Amino acid sequence: MKRKSISYAKWGYIFLIPFFVVYIIFALTPLVQTFYYSFIDYKVDTGTVSIFNPDGNVVDNGFCGLQNYIDVLGKDGTFTTSLKNTVVLWLIGFIPQIAVSLLLAVWFTDIRLKLKAQGFFKTIIYLPNVIMASAISLLFYSLFTQGGALYDLFDKMVGLDTSPLNTVWGSRFIVGFINFLMWYGNTTILLMAAIMGIDTSLYESAQIDGANPTQTFWKITIPLIRPILAYVIITSMIGGLQMYDVPTLLGDSSGGPKGVLMTLVMQIQLGRDSAVGVVGAISVLIFIISAVLGFIVLKVMDDSPKKKKKKKKPATANR
Amino acid sequence: MAKLKRLFAGALALCMAGSVMTACGDSDDDDSSAASTDSAATEDGGTDDGEDVSNITGDSTSKYVIYVWNTEFKERFETYYWDNRDTDLWDGVEVEWVTNTNDDNYYQTKLDEALATQVDDDMKIDMFLVEADYALKYVNSDAALDVRNDIGLTDEDMANQYSYTQDVMTDSDGVLKGVSWQATPGLFLYNANYAEQVLGTSDPDEVQEYVKDWDTFTETAALFAEQGIAMVSGYDDTYRCFSNNVSSPWVDDDGNITIDPQISAWVEQTKSYTDAGYNNGTSLWDDAWVAGQKIDGGVFGYFFSTWGIPFTLLPNTLETSTDDGGEEAEGNGGYGLWRACTGPQEYFWGGTWICGCATSDNVEITKDIMYKMTCDTEIMKSITETEQDYTNNKAAIQELIDDGYSNAFLGGQDHLSLLTEAAENVDLSNKLSAYDQGCNEQFQSAMKDYFEGNSTYEEALETFKTNISSVYSTLNTDTITAE
Repeated sequence: MKRKSISYAKWGYIFLIPFFVVYIIFALTPLVQTFYYSFIDYKVDTGTVSIFNPDGNVVDNGFCGLQNYIDVLGKDGTFTTSLKNTVVLWLIGFIPQIAVSLLLAVWFTDIRLKLKAQGFFKTIIYLPNVIMASAISLLFYSLFTQGGALYDLFDKMVGLDTSPLNTVWGSRFIVGFINFLMWYGNTTILLMAAIMGIDTSLYESAQIDGANPTQTFWKITIPLIRPILAYVIITSMIGGLQMYDVPTLLGDSSGGPKGVLMTLVMQIQLGRDSAVGVVGAISVLIFIISAVLGFIVLKVMDDSPKKKKKKKKPATANR
Repeated sequence: MAKLKRLFAGALALCMAGSVMTACGDSDDDDSSAASTDSAATEDGGTDDGEDVSNITGDSTSKYVIYVWNTEFKERFETYYWDNRDTDLWDGVEVEWVTNTNDDNYYQTKLDEALATQVDDDMKIDMFLVEADYALKYVNSDAALDVRNDIGLTDEDMANQYSYTQDVMTDSDGVLKGVSWQATPGLFLYNANYAEQVLGTSDPDEVQEYVKDWDTFTETAALFAEQGIAMVSGYDDTYRCFSNNVSSPWVDDDGNITIDPQISAWVEQTKSYTDAGYNNGTSLWDDAWVAGQKIDGGVFGYFFSTWGIPFTLLPNTLETSTDDGGEEAEGNGGYGLWRACTGPQEYFWGGTWICGCATSDNVEITKDIMYKMTCDTEIMKSITETEQDYTNNKAAIQELIDDGYSNAFLGGQDHLSLLTEAAENVDLSNKLSAYDQGCNEQFQSAMKDYFEGNSTYEEALETFKTNISSVYSTLNTDTITAE
């Protein structure tokens, strides 16, 4: 009973080995490779193939400096346009998402409202997130395509010239709506957790002082859930940057009407077999943006810099 | 207790490590749907009874690996080849189908990845299929075996094949790299009810007069539009008529992409059809396009090649699908109410060729399959008879025509004569390039924007340029100009 000093730490490391092996093989190595290729003028001629000389179709002109980056970052560069497209699609989904989630989270946690059957509603609003994005996309595709149920409905009501999927804003809104539908439940749950962490006595005293619900919301709720709010916004941005399956299935690989559904990852998918260097540059740029955003999350979540900086590391390791 | 815990922890660690190993170890099995089908093997019980399952594991010769993108060849193979196979060759050998979808060059990419590692791979690919849009890529490579010298089919064996099906697969040195069981001349299939209603006749010869060239075709389209019927379903329906009559391929020998006058003509015509309401604005294969194939679908006709009847039109036009117990017989939807005529322009569409893989270790079997499926008149005759497929065998087709062939789906019409006429005229010289699939797909979807009125022709062309230079980054797009 005296040998209390057995170190269990090594077991921790041993159990971590599988993760690191997988991470190094499947994530770190490709990452380093991508950085490497982004500086190389590397193309593959996919119109030729060979068994005995498998690399015969590679055009490798060696180090090209920042040429790949210059190519994709120009005014009409593929990165610039697809970043713009991605941001628009993300905003269309995210603005209603955060608004509805905040409202629902406040309602669910309100001490006076005391909503009944909360579990039921929480399950319902979370459900769309359980379905695969591709399945929802295909569902919406068949609803809105010419001859689909919703197409026919709108056609009878307002008279459509063509499917909304073929118009710039129609397709954008459908993609945005799918993203909203899939993620507002998840966001609601996160924000609820944040609000429930607020001391209820604050609300009670505010009410005694005569604050109305709007005031308590802006003066108490919002300031106190700010770290979680920032977390939600920035993780959603990072997720939004990687938007791929929904726009691809609703438009096609060429990006739907006027190419407005061509997101960053679709651009990568389009060129990954041939324009290796250029696509590598796009990937690196996405990595940099995501890294910056991730860093901001860490900073914002770490809300106790002045307080005693002892052992208490806040739960920043989530992400 | 502590011992037990340690044992337990150790076992867990082992399990996790094991799962990691299996995750990276099994790399020669593609993550694609590589399903080993022994359904074919078990279909006829007689010959396989003695087969010991333990024989057929591991060794590459014991697996006959075929790369395909759909079930077309698989169905033909299982129905028409398997019962006629050389059982000695197949003793202890099992077929493995590797299926990857064709869209967005996916099949090509997967096949190329697999081919690149063939030399060292334990499991050799034995056979792969190619389509006209990218056949040249494999013809001009070392991946496909010489049909005559390596595989051993003789000119005599292949005498009944249409010469164009061999021309496509012949490289610059005159070496034949693949053979096909089907010839794919195209026809115009039309809805006989609508023809009766608008033109007053449904007789193929008379209807042909109304669609004999593009000017007449457009005039007829106006007649149908008056009654609210679209002449063709969508934008891409007429595409193959134009794209297979080009004077030069998409990509020339120096890697320049050019837009042929025929392709421009398609854009021009489709735009004017769209504005005039001669089509329903659908895209190939989408739901509305399929819905138009019902007998009251509001579309007069579709351009189809031989495979279009059994794989697309027939199942789509039935009121009750065969899955729901519907019968392929008159009275079920549009069965028997479609007719075929030559249409305004001779063309071909698609076509699948069988290639033997250069590193294959089952070449004898390849020869057997190629012979039975592409040279054997009896087998090919029965394919045409039962499957409505136009097989690549002049003798078989001629026999059928001489015996008074009539196709119940086409109301008893003999469309083989029409196809024969068209097949003789198909000429693919200087029309194909190895990049056709990507160019066709990207061009069609870029032009859709123009037809929809979202962008001008110049803008659409710009989109095509940007996207195609991602898909085929080694090609030169500066040669693409708007006329």
